[in-house]
Amino acid sequence: MKIAVCVKQVVTREWQVRISDDRTWVRDADASFELNEPDAYALEESLRLREQHGGEVVVVSAGPARATQVLREALARGADRAIHVQGDHFAAADAATTAEALAAAVRDEQFDLVLTGLQSDDQGFAQVGVVLAEKLGVPHSTIIMEVQVQDGALRVKRELEGGWFQWIGMPLPAVLTIQSGINQLRYATLKGIMAAKKKEIRAVPATPPAEARQRIVAIYVPEKSKQTQLIEGTPAEAAATLVRVLRDDARVL
Amino acid sequence: MIIVIAEQQHGKLNRASWEAVAAAQAMGGEVKIVVAGADVRAVADELAAATVTEVLALQHAALGTYTPDGFVQALAACLEAEAPELVVLPHTYQTRDFAPMLASRLDRALVTDCTAVKDHEGSRAFSRPMFQGKVAADVVLGGPAPHFVTFQIGAWRADAVRKGGSPSPVRVVDAAVDPAAIRQKPEEPFREAKGAVDLSQADRIVSVGRGIKSEEHIALARQLAEALGAEIAASRPICDAGWLPMERQIGSSGQTVAPKLYLALGISGAIQHVVGMKGSKTIVAINKDAEAPIFEVADYGIVGDLFEVVPAMIAALKA
Repeated sequence: MKIAVCVKQVVTREWQVRISDDRTWVRDADASFELNEPDAYALEESLRLREQHGGEVVVVSAGPARATQVLREALARGADRAIHVQGDHFAAADAATTAEALAAAVRDEQFDLVLTGLQSDDQGFAQVGVVLAEKLGVPHSTIIMEVQVQDGALRVKRELEGGWFQWIGMPLPAVLTIQSGINQLRYATLKGIMAAKKKEIRAVPATPPAEARQRIVAIYVPEKSKQTQLIEGTPAEAAATLVRVLRDDARVL
Repeated sequence: MIIVIAEQQHGKLNRASWEAVAAAQAMGGEVKIVVAGADVRAVADELAAATVTEVLALQHAALGTYTPDGFVQALAACLEAEAPELVVLPHTYQTRDFAPMLASRLDRALVTDCTAVKDHEGSRAFSRPMFQGKVAADVVLGGPAPHFVTFQIGAWRADAVRKGGSPSPVRVVDAAVDPAAIRQKPEEPFREAKGAVDLSQADRIVSVGRGIKSEEHIALARQLAEALGAEIAASRPICDAGWLPMERQIGSSGQTVAPKLYLALGISGAIQHVVGMKGSKTIVAINKDAEAPIFEVADYGIVGDLFEVVPAMIAALKA
């Protein structure tokens, strides 16, 4: 099987968001970056499928030059090669722009299966995988918790709300968006890191993007919906105060 | 005119559809509701309680079980015929499965997971969380109509829907669907074997997030739960890691709870978790990150190291 995995480089979860001076994006020059978590699960799933069925895993990202970091990381975990659609505008691009760039990068390679995470930890559109499928003209399914390949077709377990699931069959090629927790992630070994240095990262220039359909006009820290009573003091004092207010004020103990 | 796409399964209306109707009514102007399925006349009659121009029952035998291919065909043709300025959907898992495909097929803009509508220099701006809810962004859509917007569950109140004395008109529309073009073959939905615990009945819940750091520390949370007479629960990453069973997961993919006391330990408060617990009477957050979104919904908060605070709480409860 020839599998493409689309990944995004995102700021780490611990990063304290700093808003840019024009208040329409963030200042991430000082941030550290990582592989978007659901994409890491998509990568792991592709490696497991290759172990079962043979073939090739190609990791693809549309991002600025710094996104090489997550492609190298994916190669170290076991992907065979990488395609990097380079463009500074991808850091803040809307879903249609990213999906178009990914579609252009994978269209001619005749992949059997394209996997990606269900959404990104930064903008969180939850759109790119589905739009990519539409642009490639192949079927899709989303929020997938198990992937079976039998006789050239797919059977996937889709998560529904409230603890429900559903199996869905579809022909290959197809695009799946993968839910976090579908598998247990492997991490790069020293051997993998050394091997990754010899693997190809093919840089592809981005075609000029169409005019963006989404424009961010303001970014801000959300207003609180509740007044939070913050309890100060040493851990012992704060704990004692909390127990008292839960007993006497909130009356929930 | 605004079109709301309502969601139903086997004739049962998804409650979030009412929230989407409330959002559309709040934006003003003419509102229509579309509900798709094999036989949705009864659901359309239920929706007709809302004060809207009309409810369209978009029907075809091939829409009896949801598939993205079937629904996109039917809805694309319906929207082209109706020519709305805006299409509103609830941000459910089903919407996430088909709305990006629908907007892409029509080559129109879609903004997801929104919580509010504002005016920006004469255009509608939609507010949505970014960076795990640490910030919000106001987004203006461009390109030709219709624009598509999905609203986060709970962002609007279902009981705010304006309802008239007499039902709104219902029109049955034969959907344009080519069953041969539906590539997905869905099987019946099922639940995994459930544990005995029904967290929705618990009075008190101690819930654990990434801040617990490792499996061995779950024992500390259990001790606190025992001292409080609480059930233990968790956010998704903890269950993904196998530190607690999946049936103790709170959030959009797990259980929805509203206990008297919800104590969140090291939970950042991603929206997927918050939707499952924000109805709790009293919410307490203990987190080392003062900026964590969980503090936005907490009644009481301690910014600090849970490994220091929790043992002190256990001691205080036993005192």
